[in-house]
Amino acid sequence: MKNCEYQQIDPRALSVSPLSAQNPAETKAQRPRRKWEAFPGKNRFFCDGRLILARQNGVLPLTLGLIVVTSGLFFAFDCPFLVEHLTVCIPVIGGLLFLFVVASLLRTSFTDPGILPRATAEEAADIERQIDTSGSSTYRPPPRTKEILINQQVVKLKYCFTCKMFRPPRTSHCSLCDNCVERFDHHCPWVGNCVGKRNYRYFYSFIISLSFLTSFIFGCVVTHITLRTQAGKSIVLAIQESPASVVELVICFFSIWSILGLSGFHTYLVASNLTTNEDIKGSWSSKRGAEESGNPYSYSNILTNCCVTLCGPMPPSLIDRRGFLAPDEGIPVASASEIELPPFTPKSEANMCTQSTKDVLERMLRSSDFHGLCPSGTPKTSPLVPEVPGAPPAAKPPVSSGCSRQLAHRAVVDPCPPFSKSIRRDSLHSINPAFRLASPSPTLSRSVLVVGDGPDVGFPPQH
Amino acid sequence: MTHSLQDMRQQAAVAAKVFVQRDYTSGTMCQFQTKFPSELETKIDKQQFEETIRTLNNLYAEAEKLGSQSFIEGCLACLTAYTVFLCMETHYEKVLKKIAKYIQEQNDKIYAPRGLLLTDPIERGLRVIEITIYEDRSFTR
Repeated sequence: MKNCEYQQIDPRALSVSPLSAQNPAETKAQRPRRKWEAFPGKNRFFCDGRLILARQNGVLPLTLGLIVVTSGLFFAFDCPFLVEHLTVCIPVIGGLLFLFVVASLLRTSFTDPGILPRATAEEAADIERQIDTSGSSTYRPPPRTKEILINQQVVKLKYCFTCKMFRPPRTSHCSLCDNCVERFDHHCPWVGNCVGKRNYRYFYSFIISLSFLTSFIFGCVVTHITLRTQAGKSIVLAIQESPASVVELVICFFSIWSILGLSGFHTYLVASNLTTNEDIKGSWSSKRGAEESGNPYSYSNILTNCCVTLCGPMPPSLIDRRGFLAPDEGIPVASASEIELPPFTPKSEANMCTQSTKDVLERMLRSSDFHGLCPSGTPKTSPLVPEVPGAPPAAKPPVSSGCSRQLAHRAVVDPCPPFSKSIRRDSLHSINPAFRLASPSPTLSRSVLVVGDGPDVGFPPQH
Repeated sequence: MTHSLQDMRQQAAVAAKVFVQRDYTSGTMCQFQTKFPSELETKIDKQQFEETIRTLNNLYAEAEKLGSQSFIEGCLACLTAYTVFLCMETHYEKVLKKIAKYIQEQNDKIYAPRGLLLTDPIERGLRVIEITIYEDRSFTR
């Protein structure tokens, strides 16, 4: 409302002056954004999207700290004595184990566990349509399960309301990360990430190597103290000479129980091709008599199960963190992404009150699918301002086989490209129907309630 | 106004989108349903469509195959503390490139002339094969 009665400015007068002001904003607006910047889940990204971590990274620093400190103390205080009295292999083996442990840990923490990207608006609409046609004619929430046959066994697929899709088998939604993860095992706070299909082998190698490392350090420290006491000294004196050893002993002693237990448990899981999630829920335990046939994913022998889980092909990351967003895709979904605004926009909005409303309405009516909307003519602002710097064609088209599709899709959001978040919010309060109709196009895909038969007129949910 | 195919594609309205869902009957392997969607009945030959889907399924099966190659790759990766992937492409990624090329080829030869467009499933998280049906606008403008 306030923008409509704003400045009655002659577009021609502004056609030259905002250009210089536009350019810095424009170039800023045109900086291609990567997909990780608009990722809807609760994750943190590093190195420009190469590394991913859960936002709640739990006690990962503690885990790393414990490992590094214990190993550091070991190398500093126990190794010199042991090298002198035993063999130089000890620090070598210790060093290799330590490096392997840290590498596996970092790999587990920073690898995408197998996150499934959320369904696009069209997909979600399609699924709902299918469900509705099979059910009653009145609208009701989609049924939560779908039953399918896997290896002659009935498996229920659940519908995920956050990701708007039926979860594939063995997929679960992690509430901490707010993502559906394939072959979801568990969310490990020690590692600060979910453990799923893509990083389970790293997790397994982490806990196995950590068991070896802790046992190794424990054994070496015990040997160290024993050797000292054998030289005729009392144990108390021996400890006083090497106080760090006690610290290591305590840490290792308490870690060994849990780590060895966990390794044993996961070895069992690997051998029977189960996930922690399935085991805890007892998904296949009802068929206790023939356990193997209870689990439809298990192969007939243990070795195959192990190979599949640990040495199987490495699936790619499905979320394409480092891909570039098409400008329209940058607008919706999750984390605060500011859309740069050429300064002339308020003025153009004022003009849009009068001229482009009809244009937009016409366009809306012509297309059946909201997101299939494609302005047949020029972008909204072009009749008002001859040079439209914010127009999508200026933006770099994404490199993909669906280039033309992208262009068509991008053109959809032409009505609202230059809107910044704040101005769009204001405009939604305005009485200008153009905004009400136009703006849902990006915001609809942005909000969780994507599916609708008509424009989501009014205030879209902001989150 | 001149209308090149490119222009038409850009300005063509998306009439509908069809989604070919995953087929889980053989487990969690990536396979797509070969059922012919009713919306495509007037647009493309059923055999042609099924052929495309079947080839894609075979390609995905090849990517996820538990063969000696994947086993060696896995072991090598483990021994090098997974640093080998910094310089080497995984088998799966190689097959994905093949799939992308195949889809591009199919689009150019078969689907685009009929006003259809296949989207590479990897862009949809391997959940669906999205087929976009474009409106026939040759009579407008």
